[in-house]
Amino acid sequence: MITVTHYLIASVLLFSIGLIGILTRRNVLMILLCIEIMFNAANLMFVAYARGWADVGGQIVVFFIITVAAAEVTVGLAIAILLSRQLHTLNADEVSRLKW
Amino acid sequence: MTEAVFFYTFTVLMLVSAGFVVLSRQPIYSVLSLLAVMFCLASLFVMLGAYVLAALQVLLYAGAVLVLFLFVIMLLNLEPERLARMRLFTLRSVGTAAAALFAFLLSQVFELPAGEPPLERVPAASGSIESVGRLLFTKYLIPFELTSFLILAAVIGAVTLGRRSPDE
Repeated sequence: MITVTHYLIASVLLFSIGLIGILTRRNVLMILLCIEIMFNAANLMFVAYARGWADVGGQIVVFFIITVAAAEVTVGLAIAILLSRQLHTLNADEVSRLKW
Repeated sequence: MTEAVFFYTFTVLMLVSAGFVVLSRQPIYSVLSLLAVMFCLASLFVMLGAYVLAALQVLLYAGAVLVLFLFVIMLLNLEPERLARMRLFTLRSVGTAAAALFAFLLSQVFELPAGEPPLERVPAASGSIESVGRLLFTKYLIPFELTSFLILAAVIGAVTLGRRSPDE
């Protein structure tokens, strides 16, 4: 039988895969993609708890998370374009100065 | 029974696609695998009764965010990541160990009391567009209005960052 715990475990695994990605990839775009994975793992957990406690409030939170993630991606991708235009790199290790 | 079959199918497909996102050398394959993750997640949302969120997931994530990613990746003309061999190995092993530890700790945290009822006996939180919309425009009205400021700020920020300065 599928319980809420099954969904929570799936969400934890998804979150950990995203964490592996953030810790191992150096490309700024890949880091943004892995952040998206982690956002979605959190979303799955909110929806699972909304079902478990029969409360629609959890789904409203996910609605707001999706909005914030869309805004975050817009600015993040603009920064990525700026990096490649000005520094000619997308490697997070090479972007280490605050001002030049 | 049917529920279990669908749950395991979509979950395994989702986790495998997420693994491809992390491991693929070409960013474009990563984005396309993330698309599969989004669709599997939307089907899990449907199984949990969150119909509106499943639609939003497909429309907003698969439709808007990933298309934006695809545009930027094609615009930047990326080559596959280059890394020194030693550094890559260190990063991978440390990252995998950290994430495995994190998953273990989280699974300990979420250990629920035994005898939890299976989902079909739990009353479904109605995720229909009526109940979500009603809650959104009564109890959560102020946060909902504030998101418009957030999106406006994001739009202005993106346009300012992406604009070429006149002396270039």
